[in-house]
Amino acid sequence: MNNLPVDLLLLSIATPLAVALAIALGLPKRHAIKLAYVGFGVPAVIACYLWSQFPANPGAEYAFMTSYATGLEGLGIKLTLGLNGISMPLFMMAGIVGLAAGLYAIQSGAERLKIYLMLLLVMHAGLMGMFASIDIFFFYFFHELALIPTFIMVGIWGGRDRGYAAMKMTIYLTVGAMLSLIGLIAIYMKSGAESFDMITLRNELLMNPMRDSTQTTIFGLLMFGFGILVSLWPFHTWAPLGYGAAPSSVSMLHAGVLKKFGLYGLVQIALPLVPAGAMEWAPMLAWLALGNIIIIGLITLAQRDLKQMVGYASVMHVGYGFLGVACLSVLGAGGAVLFMVAHGLSVSLLFLLTTSIHHRTGTFDMDQMGGLAQKAPVLAAFFLTAVLASIGLPGPGLLNFWGELTIFMAVYDHAQWMVVPAVLGVVISAIYGLRAVGRVFYGPATEAFQCHQQGRVIEDLRWNERIPAIILLVTLIGLGIWPKAISTSLNSALEAIYPAVEALTVHVAGQ
Amino acid sequence: MNTEMLQAAAASNQWLAIFPELMLGCLALFLLVLEMVLPKKQHELIPTIAIIGQGAVLVGLLINYRTAFIGEETFNGMLLHTSGGQFLRCFFLLASILVSILGMVALAKQRMPRIEFFHIVIVVSAAMMLLAQSNHFVMLFVALETITIGFYILVSYTRTNPLSLEAGLKYLIMGALSSAILLFGIALLYGVAGNPALAGATAEAMNFGALQVFLQANPDNLLAAIGIVLVLAGVAFKIGAVPFQIWIPDVYQGAPTPVTSFLAVASKAAGFAILLILVRVFGPYHSVIVPVLTAMAIATILFGNLAAITQHNVKRLIGLSGVAHAGYLLIGVIAAMTQPLAVGAIFFYLLAYLLGSFAVFGVMTHVAGPDDADQDLDHYADLGKTHPFLAMVLAVGLGSLAGIPPLAGFMGKLLIFIAAFKAGLYLLLVVAIIGVVISIYYYFGWIKAACFPSLRAPLTEGEADPTPARTPVGLAAGITLATLALASVLLGLYQGPFGEWLSLH
Repeated sequence: MNNLPVDLLLLSIATPLAVALAIALGLPKRHAIKLAYVGFGVPAVIACYLWSQFPANPGAEYAFMTSYATGLEGLGIKLTLGLNGISMPLFMMAGIVGLAAGLYAIQSGAERLKIYLMLLLVMHAGLMGMFASIDIFFFYFFHELALIPTFIMVGIWGGRDRGYAAMKMTIYLTVGAMLSLIGLIAIYMKSGAESFDMITLRNELLMNPMRDSTQTTIFGLLMFGFGILVSLWPFHTWAPLGYGAAPSSVSMLHAGVLKKFGLYGLVQIALPLVPAGAMEWAPMLAWLALGNIIIIGLITLAQRDLKQMVGYASVMHVGYGFLGVACLSVLGAGGAVLFMVAHGLSVSLLFLLTTSIHHRTGTFDMDQMGGLAQKAPVLAAFFLTAVLASIGLPGPGLLNFWGELTIFMAVYDHAQWMVVPAVLGVVISAIYGLRAVGRVFYGPATEAFQCHQQGRVIEDLRWNERIPAIILLVTLIGLGIWPKAISTSLNSALEAIYPAVEALTVHVAGQ
Repeated sequence: MNTEMLQAAAASNQWLAIFPELMLGCLALFLLVLEMVLPKKQHELIPTIAIIGQGAVLVGLLINYRTAFIGEETFNGMLLHTSGGQFLRCFFLLASILVSILGMVALAKQRMPRIEFFHIVIVVSAAMMLLAQSNHFVMLFVALETITIGFYILVSYTRTNPLSLEAGLKYLIMGALSSAILLFGIALLYGVAGNPALAGATAEAMNFGALQVFLQANPDNLLAAIGIVLVLAGVAFKIGAVPFQIWIPDVYQGAPTPVTSFLAVASKAAGFAILLILVRVFGPYHSVIVPVLTAMAIATILFGNLAAITQHNVKRLIGLSGVAHAGYLLIGVIAAMTQPLAVGAIFFYLLAYLLGSFAVFGVMTHVAGPDDADQDLDHYADLGKTHPFLAMVLAVGLGSLAGIPPLAGFMGKLLIFIAAFKAGLYLLLVVAIIGVVISIYYYFGWIKAACFPSLRAPLTEGEADPTPARTPVGLAAGITLATLALASVLLGLYQGPFGEWLSLH
């Protein structure tokens, strides 16, 4: 199992980086594009292959583990790669969304395409490394590696307000990254394990947990640090602005994959390592998550700009992820991970389709659109399915439903009344989602849209746009029909890692 | 003094131990000879010879990195050779090579004598190398004055530019003041330690070892405490720590860009070299030093970052951001008093700072016009389109200075933070984090000015383009810049051999 002939995990990180380097060294454009297919394709293939090889009942074990020294062993830092039941589904999702975003970027015909692809490849390498790292230093490191290119890409290829959006994102996300870095260093310093390795840290902290007050401080740092990175209410203002301005592939990768860093960090690192701190902060986290669901839900309702709406919707939905984490249970965390996978796929699909709509209507303003379904029925069908997925309807067998359902069940166990606002969120997203579908695709075309149509052919979704969309949609539906493909190993891992959290919950409930 | 003592003193004169410094001195003199001997046409060759000569010395130094003199005192206790000192020697030599390369680019835009510039740079860096190994106040002061006097000349080197002259004058007055304060502190310490009424009184009070013994015996002497604070204040001028930072923006702006880089990197590192030696000597007085340095570090980080936000002139901006870097390094110095790990962290930080700074200064010399003091952020507009190579180097350099992973500067900050964590300096950590976040604004603003597409009104008829013409990148400068940028990236990804300093005590 663990004896693969080559280290595929390292390969999945190194391939995009190598391609990016080749492009930076001045590869001609024609070859650069061909090589970019390799750079985006290899990680996706590896991710799917490793997933097929992944054991069904891994428990707390990591599969495919390898370790490399980088010169900081003195500090307990080593590049240790591996996947467990929690990171495997996300790693696979990162590979697939990366492939879709890459394909969409290649066909986008952006200005200075080579540099664009190069930055996107660096970002993709960071994303793959982020979920494959067992060492929390490299976990953070790869996140930053993916984050930095986004600022530059927003600034150069962004749309309206790109300078302001890039600056705001940079400052917000640096604050978040710094807080979480300090939290992670604090875990390292206070654990007494003298290591950044997640497994060593967990074993050490299982034997000698930190003092409760220390745990509270550390979880606070991580919660707010990660929270800012994942656009937890009220630290979310950078996100809709940034996604609105970012080029579509960047929005796809950032909203779909990169933002899962914080939630993943909470599930994989914060809850198992500082459970007492999590207990202390969980009520607060639940309230803020409800803020995401209700308040930002209402803000989303008021949007008239389609891309802004999708951006706000993605911010709103991460609230469910936080809610799942705040339940402090295997069920809640499992629901959060399922939801992260589903959200990653559906949000990136929505951003992709939104840009495709923009190409056909020339505007993001929903008041100026209408009747696009007559010209582009396939696009309409894709968009409708994506919206249904993001609402969380069980309809065509979509994964989001299972994620949200699991979270609702966990929330019900945790605090019954909280289910009401959480379900209310589904209603809100149904309203704005379906209303957007109606405005964009059905009804008569507005005057502005008719003007735009004059003298040009509005064609349906082209194949080079369709393929990335199909990749995302097939994964979403496949996993929706057969969620056990990821939930079995996920459950097994969480049950092995979470006894400390569960014990605490029971303990508090018994008081 | 009898013959045996004289013999012992003479035997400790190990000229081989300071062979690199001697070679640099010869090289500097050789350049002046060459200028007299060579025909005018071939003067172009002299800077190249200077760089190759320094490179040869650096290679020799690296080969003999683990010299037998480590841990020994030579020249009658004047010098103490340490592994930290070895690192700093290489560091200063590397800095002076890079300054010489920048000098070749920048001086070509001025009608100025060239050779003296390289001569002074080499002498100054030899003095810095001696400073890093000093074990005696006389040695320290002489080396420091050699550096400072060299800089008086270098700062006002473009004598046709009034700003450069003004900067030279400011640096002269401020430098003289700081030397006076330092000297006063030394005199106080010497006087107190020579007082026969006190325990551990010594006639050799200038020697760091003897002074440390005395301070240990008298841990609460008021005069000694005043002397220590005055000495630290004198050093604080060199590193540009608040409240002794006032000279920095003006001098950095007025000085020719290569000199600014020399001041920013090597002169600052020299200050920290002294500081690292001195905090060890002054260790018994940590109850005095720690509060003073802590207050200084907090003020330095906050002032440097906040003041840099408002700057439009990039030389002033980088000067003030350098003040903030001095603040982060001060945290390392405080941590170094209890955590030996911090010394390695400071060295790593300095190396990352050198790579990042010279990448940025290298781009600055190419973007600057004939008026060296006038380098505005607006001059960087569309650099990404016209000179993608320079823009990329600039982005890497600034990113490293800002401490963005995966660049070397991030590792430097991380190591300092870990050391501070280990030493329990939580307040300073909070301040440092705030500082880093603020610094993102101006570093990123600079990247934004250079790389993002800018919207400028087209020039009206007859209006001169305010952006000075950019110098095309020559082969040597291009390779240097690419190496610096690549090194910043690689050192962030793989610390390899440098990791072992972290266990260096």
